[in-house]
Amino acid sequence: MEAILKVEDINVYYGSIHAIKGVSFEVNEGEIVTLIGANGAGKSTTLNTISGLLHSKTGSVTFMGENLGKIPCHKIVSKGLALVPEGRRVFLQMTVQENLEMGAFTQGGKTLDDDLERVYEQFPRLKERMKQVAGTLSGGEQQMLAMGRALMSHPKLLMLDEPSMGLAPILVEQIFDIIQELHKAGTTILLVEQNAQAALSVADRGYVLETGKVVTTGTGHELLESPAIKKAYLGG
Amino acid sequence: MEFLSYLISGVSLGSVYAIIALGYTMVYGIAKMLNFAHGDIIMVGGYISFCAMSYLGLPGWLATLLAMAVCTVLGIVIEGLAYKPLRSAPSLAVLITAIGVSYFLQNSALLIWKAAPKVYQPVVSGSLTLFGGQLSVPYASVLTMAACLVIMAALTLFISKSKMGKAMRACSEDKGAAQLMGINVNATISTTFAIGSALAAVAGVLLCTSYPTLQPTTGSMPGIKAFTAAVFGGIGSIPGAFLGGLLLGVIEAMAKAYISTNLANSIVFAVLIVVLLVKPAGLLGKYVPEKV
Ligand SMILES: Nc1ncnc2c1ncn2[C@@H]1O[C@H](COP(=O)(O)OP(=O)(O)O)[C@@H](O)[C@H]1O
Ligand SMILES: [Mg+2]
Repeated sequence: MEAILKVEDINVYYGSIHAIKGVSFEVNEGEIVTLIGANGAGKSTTLNTISGLLHSKTGSVTFMGENLGKIPCHKIVSKGLALVPEGRRVFLQMTVQENLEMGAFTQGGKTLDDDLERVYEQFPRLKERMKQVAGTLSGGEQQMLAMGRALMSHPKLLMLDEPSMGLAPILVEQIFDIIQELHKAGTTILLVEQNAQAALSVADRGYVLETGKVVTTGTGHELLESPAIKKAYLGG
Repeated sequence: MEFLSYLISGVSLGSVYAIIALGYTMVYGIAKMLNFAHGDIIMVGGYISFCAMSYLGLPGWLATLLAMAVCTVLGIVIEGLAYKPLRSAPSLAVLITAIGVSYFLQNSALLIWKAAPKVYQPVVSGSLTLFGGQLSVPYASVLTMAACLVIMAALTLFISKSKMGKAMRACSEDKGAAQLMGINVNATISTTFAIGSALAAVAGVLLCTSYPTLQPTTGSMPGIKAFTAAVFGGIGSIPGAFLGGLLLGVIEAMAKAYISTNLANSIVFAVLIVVLLVKPAGLLGKYVPEKV
């Protein structure tokens, strides 16, 4: 297997706050990899650094053999790397369809209709609401929209930042089903979750972050069974 | 008939405010800054078109196009040099910079064109006579109102349908998310300044055609009024700028006609204060609830 994403020794600061302290990890083609950790561990900071919203003072982020360090944020999505950010961040005043069109911003436009059709097939709820303004959608629908929007760019690696946050259990299940479907269809996934149980059950491998450092790593199964992890993240 | 004539002059004045306010509101909506130098772009547009007509003998429409081109470039350059480096600076720093740019433009104009007012050669003259001579409407007013309608329609279409327009809306909501979509936020902000400045040039030509004295401070008062109009209508909202501009023009014209010329400005601002007390977001300002 080959690493599609390689993060090496990144250090990220917010002013004087040292949020990420020498984190390294990799994601191989075709895997679901999860980063788990408590609130404030640095999961979102890591994803935002990979996607270019934040920058690391050291080390490198390599995606499909290319160093992303000097590439501006808006050029990253066209390389095949899409982020579904924490809190969804859909464009609330734009319609569902316009949000999806924004997801395809870098895609020439030739395949737009096919891509819309594909996403609507995956998320029938969005099709029913295509003319509705995103601000009027429920939280679960907004999460689906955020995921659909990211899929419009044909990502090779899809990064999801706490997709289950604030959702009812039934919706969480649905979101995880969709993640597994996407994975089966060939998308590599980097999943950040506080819901460690759910994330580890679908993941091939996981990394545990604590206060800006990777403290443990292993297969999803190993981490699920590890007593220390059970105690800290799985409620005993 | 008198009332109708005041109303028309109010709508015409309001149309100029609306065109300027559109620039204010677009820039605010996307860059989240008050570009206080916007009024002075009007003045530059006035001088460029003045020079084109009076010194080069160009026809009015060509002079207008030239003024638009110069102001577009000026707007992009100002944004790139003065505002872009302050993208993550506190908004007070940006505001003070904008005031600095405003003085810079006024003083540059003073240096180049001197303080003595220039007599502007209107791009259209004469009047339309209606109702058997009872009502006369200057062609300048007709042109101004028509220009405002065309601009408003074109801009609405552009913002709602074009790819760039949608990118602008995305940037105005969430720059980070817009970048994740692959939208070049800096280029989008630059385009917004370009459009706003081109509109300011048009406003400059129309303003000077109706009120044909031109001096370095010509843009200040209309700039402040248009800013008021933008806030009045709901800053960031394009229909709001249009409505706010028209209302402001009409209120000002009526106050001048029926109350007092000297009090007209005070009345305009008093109305603004009342509107903001009742509707803090302005007439068409949006309140969008967030869902979890
Ligand atoms: N915008 C910010 N400014 C300052 N500190 C921040 C900011 N965002 C996050 N942090 C800090 O960085 C650390 C990591 O945060 P984050 O990556 O959001 O954690 P997680 O996603 O794992 O909950 C936390 O200590 C947090 O307080
Ligand atoms: Mg987070």
